[in-house]
Amino acid sequence: MSDTARAVPAAATTAPAERSAPAQPLTVLPARHPWRWVATAVVAVLAAMAVNALVTNPAWEWPTVGQFLFSATILESMWLTVRLTLVGTAIGLVLGTVLALMRMSHNPLLKAVSFTYISVFRSVPLILQLLFWYNLAILYTVIGFGIPFGPQFWTFPTQDLVGPLTAAFLGLGLHQAAYFAEIVRSGFLAVDPGQREAAAALGIPRVRQFWRIQLPQALRIIVPTTGNEVIGLLKGTSVVYVMALPELFYQVQVVYNRTGRVIPLLLVAAVWYVVLTTVLSVLQWLVERYYGRGSSRADTPLPFLQLLRSARAARARRQGVPR
Amino acid sequence: MSPTPTPTAPPVVNLEGVHKRFGALEVLRGIDLSVAAGTVTVVLGASGSGKSTLLRTINHLEKVDAGVVEVNGELIGYRRAGRHLRELHEREVLRQRSRIGFVFQHFNLFPHLTVLENVVEAPVSAQRRRRSEVEVEARALLERVGLLDKAGEYPRRLSGGQQQRVAIARALALNPSLVLFDEPTSALDPELVGEVLDVIRDLAAAGTTMVVVTHEIGFAREVADRVLFMHEGVVLEEGSPTEVFDHPRHERTRAFLAKVL
Repeated sequence: MSDTARAVPAAATTAPAERSAPAQPLTVLPARHPWRWVATAVVAVLAAMAVNALVTNPAWEWPTVGQFLFSATILESMWLTVRLTLVGTAIGLVLGTVLALMRMSHNPLLKAVSFTYISVFRSVPLILQLLFWYNLAILYTVIGFGIPFGPQFWTFPTQDLVGPLTAAFLGLGLHQAAYFAEIVRSGFLAVDPGQREAAAALGIPRVRQFWRIQLPQALRIIVPTTGNEVIGLLKGTSVVYVMALPELFYQVQVVYNRTGRVIPLLLVAAVWYVVLTTVLSVLQWLVERYYGRGSSRADTPLPFLQLLRSARAARARRQGVPR
Repeated sequence: MSPTPTPTAPPVVNLEGVHKRFGALEVLRGIDLSVAAGTVTVVLGASGSGKSTLLRTINHLEKVDAGVVEVNGELIGYRRAGRHLRELHEREVLRQRSRIGFVFQHFNLFPHLTVLENVVEAPVSAQRRRRSEVEVEARALLERVGLLDKAGEYPRRLSGGQQQRVAIARALALNPSLVLFDEPTSALDPELVGEVLDVIRDLAAAGTTMVVVTHEIGFAREVADRVLFMHEGVVLEEGSPTEVFDHPRHERTRAFLAKVL
């Protein structure tokens, strides 16, 4: 470095010094993340403690859990829980979509009816709604089919038509419809208006515009939230125990009242809810991936697959194997 | 350059006294326009002058409040009922639109469909043509815009210029007698403008009837048969590119050209 250069302030001299560094090829190293390793260690210890607490404490009575987990009564009640979820979802989705379309229509009466339905069914707690349906026979002793405000051709006692199971299906489905309606509506609002305009400019028929252009794009928004709702509904079916229907939660109560093994039977129910929720989550992931096509440049794997992949990548790096 | 139109042929587009208001704002204040077959009409004007709205009335994306819009001699969006114009049912309007190509500023490709599916969709569903036959044509159109190798891609993986070229192929797939362009290069990065203008230039050379709203003065001068200058909802000046660009009659036109040139 020359004397004249040394005379200028230090900050200015560093730049020419760096520029004159040897012209070796530079290798790129990944940034270091020491805190990431600390966080990993802390979480790993906490996870180990949690597993330890679950496994070693005899009060959980794991052998009893194993004994009841696959017993016939529990499996039957689990099946009822699945049916309640499926029918509730089906009624909810169909009615919810209709309500959403009504809400988005240009007809003020349809809009008002949909709005009122949604606000009423979202306001009243599910457990109250279920009890109303359960007691429908007290409110209306017979149900007739015929001309509105005119003669009726067929009449049935309400009790025969709406038993506890039907009441549960209706209660869950109609309650869920109010939520689905809002989800479906938000999905359609999220689709770029330019899409409808392009479809209209191309002369694509209205029905086709809906099924081929708008719905698939709306579903990208609708599916994740719907997955959430279905999982919520699955667990919500446990409320149906107030109608003495032998679904999972009701049935474990029956069993522990008989045997006195409260904790392990609650655990049995918990295990089944986790299993069912996991199945639903995987389904949701598959559906999301299908409707997400064309939207992102890379596929997103399930979180656990991601963990597995990064572990594999780390091992490969340590062994010096190029990825 | 486009073939000279025969003076006796009926105009492809005919607008008479078109008015359009959005609430209190009158966007179009009496527009007359006649576009001959095989010609390119370029519409210029500052933003807010009503040029996009004018273009959108031609395929009834905007309803007009007064006036007549005809394409190939057929009333668009309405039918004559004695002394009234009765609005057509949506199904009829869609049928009319399937003969008019429209290219949007923001492309509006369907992101969940591949490039080929985007091009094939309307001829199959709107014109009820056989898919296999349309696909052959669609591939030829994609080749024409230089994107045959992207047929299986999703639009979001393409550059803006490529997306707009797909959008042009999609509009052409309907075999339209008229193609409308709404600022087709305004959403593009400068280096991508050329490839889109090249495609439009080729269409002009092939004799496609077009109405183009654009800010590309150089392109207008080269390709246009007629140039319209719009200001505050009226056509202020109209003529050949030489007339409008080299000898503008109105102070407004001069001021606008001074700004954009």
